[in-house]
Amino acid sequence: MKPAPMLPGLATAPLISDWVLPQPDGTLHLRSGRAELGQGVGAAFARIAAAELDLPIGRIRILGPDTAAGPDEGFTAGSLSMTQGGAALRAATSALRALCLEEAARRLGRDCGTLEIANGAILCNGAATGLTLTALARQIDLDRPVADHAGPKPAGARHLDALPDRRDLTAHLTGAPFLHDLAPEGLLHGRVLHPPHATATLAEAFDAAALRARPGIVAVVRDGTFLGLVAETEARAEAARAWAEARLRWDVPPIAETDPFAAMDRSNAPMEPLEGTETPLPDRAPDIDRTARRGFISHGSIGPSVAIAEWRDGHLHVRSHTQGVHPLRRALAMALKLDAAAIRVTHVPGAGCYGHNGADDAAYEAALLARAVPGRPVRLRWTRRDDFATAPVGAAMSTRTRVWTDDAGRIAAMALSVTSPPHSTRPGTAGAPCFFSAQLLSDPIPLPEPPDIPAARGGGAARNAMPLYALGAAQVSRKLVTGLPWRTSSLRALGAYLNVYAIETAVEAAALAADTDPFDYRLAHLDDPRAAAVLERLREISAPHRDQDDWGIALARYKNKAAWAGVFARVALEDALRVTRLCIAVDMGEVVSPDGACNQIEGGAIQALSWALMEKVDLDGPAIATAAWDDYPILRFSQVPPIDIALIDRPDDPPLGVAEVVQGPVAAAVGNALQRLTGAAFPELPLRREAIVAALSA
Amino acid sequence: MGQMTDFTVNGQRVTVEADPATPLLTILHESLGLRATRFGCGAEGCGACTLIVDGQARLSCTLPLSEVAGTRIETAENLAGPDPHPLVTAFQDHQAGQCGYCLPGILMRAKAHLDAGGATDRASIAAALDANLCRCGAHLRILRAVAQAADKMGQGA
Repeated sequence: MKPAPMLPGLATAPLISDWVLPQPDGTLHLRSGRAELGQGVGAAFARIAAAELDLPIGRIRILGPDTAAGPDEGFTAGSLSMTQGGAALRAATSALRALCLEEAARRLGRDCGTLEIANGAILCNGAATGLTLTALARQIDLDRPVADHAGPKPAGARHLDALPDRRDLTAHLTGAPFLHDLAPEGLLHGRVLHPPHATATLAEAFDAAALRARPGIVAVVRDGTFLGLVAETEARAEAARAWAEARLRWDVPPIAETDPFAAMDRSNAPMEPLEGTETPLPDRAPDIDRTARRGFISHGSIGPSVAIAEWRDGHLHVRSHTQGVHPLRRALAMALKLDAAAIRVTHVPGAGCYGHNGADDAAYEAALLARAVPGRPVRLRWTRRDDFATAPVGAAMSTRTRVWTDDAGRIAAMALSVTSPPHSTRPGTAGAPCFFSAQLLSDPIPLPEPPDIPAARGGGAARNAMPLYALGAAQVSRKLVTGLPWRTSSLRALGAYLNVYAIETAVEAAALAADTDPFDYRLAHLDDPRAAAVLERLREISAPHRDQDDWGIALARYKNKAAWAGVFARVALEDALRVTRLCIAVDMGEVVSPDGACNQIEGGAIQALSWALMEKVDLDGPAIATAAWDDYPILRFSQVPPIDIALIDRPDDPPLGVAEVVQGPVAAAVGNALQRLTGAAFPELPLRREAIVAALSA
Repeated sequence: MGQMTDFTVNGQRVTVEADPATPLLTILHESLGLRATRFGCGAEGCGACTLIVDGQARLSCTLPLSEVAGTRIETAENLAGPDPHPLVTAFQDHQAGQCGYCLPGILMRAKAHLDAGGATDRASIAAALDANLCRCGAHLRILRAVAQAADKMGQGA
């Protein structure tokens, strides 16, 4: 891997000292702009640094993102943490290594080539020199550009421990706090009473003074339809919230259309071919023409959204589990009409994060509450209902797939037409802060109507809408519908989940029509050797499980430019659909941390299986009706099948993230198993009992 | 409002003065400074707040203080220390988790199951853990870790 000067981290933090902080106790602190979201990124970074520096991993500590210091790496998203964040950290630590070896050579009067590092000690021709890497690092000038000194080791020269060191996870097992559990001196407790929808109005006057008079209440903050409270204790805050919730009556304006698909169909937004895909399609009816759909899905993190904010002398400090401390700071500055320099945002881990959840909204709301009690920190904690109904949801969308086959049954042309609301309304999108509650104020800041994510960043609605097969013609069109009443934003894999489902279930239909083995059929359409190798590997590992016609496979290359994943699913159609095994083959380039990668792939697969089998947010007109886990079942322990994973390690190729690569292929493999088993098409996700019954009787 | 309630937490006798309707989870967090037990949904839907009361796995987010008077309560803090419980070691060995938010509750659910002599085949462990949600998808690792701990505890018995 070569240090790439365009890495976003190095552009904002060009000096070695921006990344590396040698400590007097012989440990090394490393800053990263990438947030620990539960994906183990800190452990993976520690391994990269340990290998580059030949320093024991236990002497490395990764510091989380903080606007007060360290690189601005934007959002931790899109499976780019290893590709960009890891590459930047590797470059920075390689520069440190080079400078330390130069300094050692100078002091010893020896040539650099005679020196090496072992366990953090500098050796000369294999013999101890009394010099150590971390001591030297404290004595030399590190305010020098990474780019001038970086020279990472070749792949073969890195020595990596077998397992990543998830010290952070171990500590959390028995008590290390999350943001939810921090108890800074003087902490107050906040709650917000969200309206059921942004356009809701109070049906009758609400007595804010009576709320203020409830026991333990320190402040009530009301501005427009934004209503929040601050209390001395968690118990008082919760009691007052429940008291107020029982007394608030909201009017939600009726809307003409409460079905998102009908609303998107009615929209006069254009269906436009994406640039570079305007190839002519055959002048005849397609052989396969079907439309796959998925409803809105929820992040469903186990911990609610939370933030701690404190105002002191006109300065605001926010602790947040946001994906991007710097973008959040800029958005807060915009919404609060404050100089960004007066705001500090510190990342503190919360529960697992799978995209743009309520963290940023909660950070803004905590700032509004804390402004009423300057000098004391306020923790705002959302309710589970808030996380279902107020946080952005993953977009409901539909993808029409048309396939033209030739006389031999091969696919000659494919056309994908994607209809979707936006997949990114993160803070700062379209120049707006994008906080839910900012639109509720008497001087409102509306949510923008954002564009789709550009193809250069992997696309949003149209992510993975381009088939990875070598076809005579392939066309992708997209209709982006803004202004729907439901607030959508980034959730793991974005449009790739449904688009891969749409493509791969159509390819399977073509393979079935041609009466060809699904592996052979796909291989015959591939000119990408790495994709073919993934399929072959999948064929090997799934061999013991293909003794009956109850299995399906799917293949995709995430964003059409990142890691390749092939998935095999075996199913049993009982009262409901049950998945009895998954096999997964992945080519992610260099495998930095095999166990960490498998953990991410497994996690992605289980979450995708949960989406595919059961998940859909319920609507109540413009509002979200889903309020509790009972309304939104997710996969439980007894429902998780065994999963076999094979990684194809390519140490000389750049490492590619894997957190999102299997979302689409898992759903598609399950759909294909069902298709193979029954001969029917299953256009509706999730594959709940009612959707399956409907498809079988269609 | 305040009323004295006595119980035992992780082997220590405690007396708490609070409204007896207060959820035990809030008492642990605010009165006793024990924060390993996590708040998840507050409505018995996710299991993040699972702890052990007199040997039974219970959900502390809704369990009123009045119901635990005189009981023996065990929280995930009790599994730590220089000689950690086999469950903790097994979760470390298997990297059984991603974000870790659900894990203290799952550890306590698993401990209650194993302490009660529950069956240790995969299906039985999975059934025992079904009341607890994990969103990151660490289920398979968690099942392996609990099975390893069960082996270890069985050998020690």
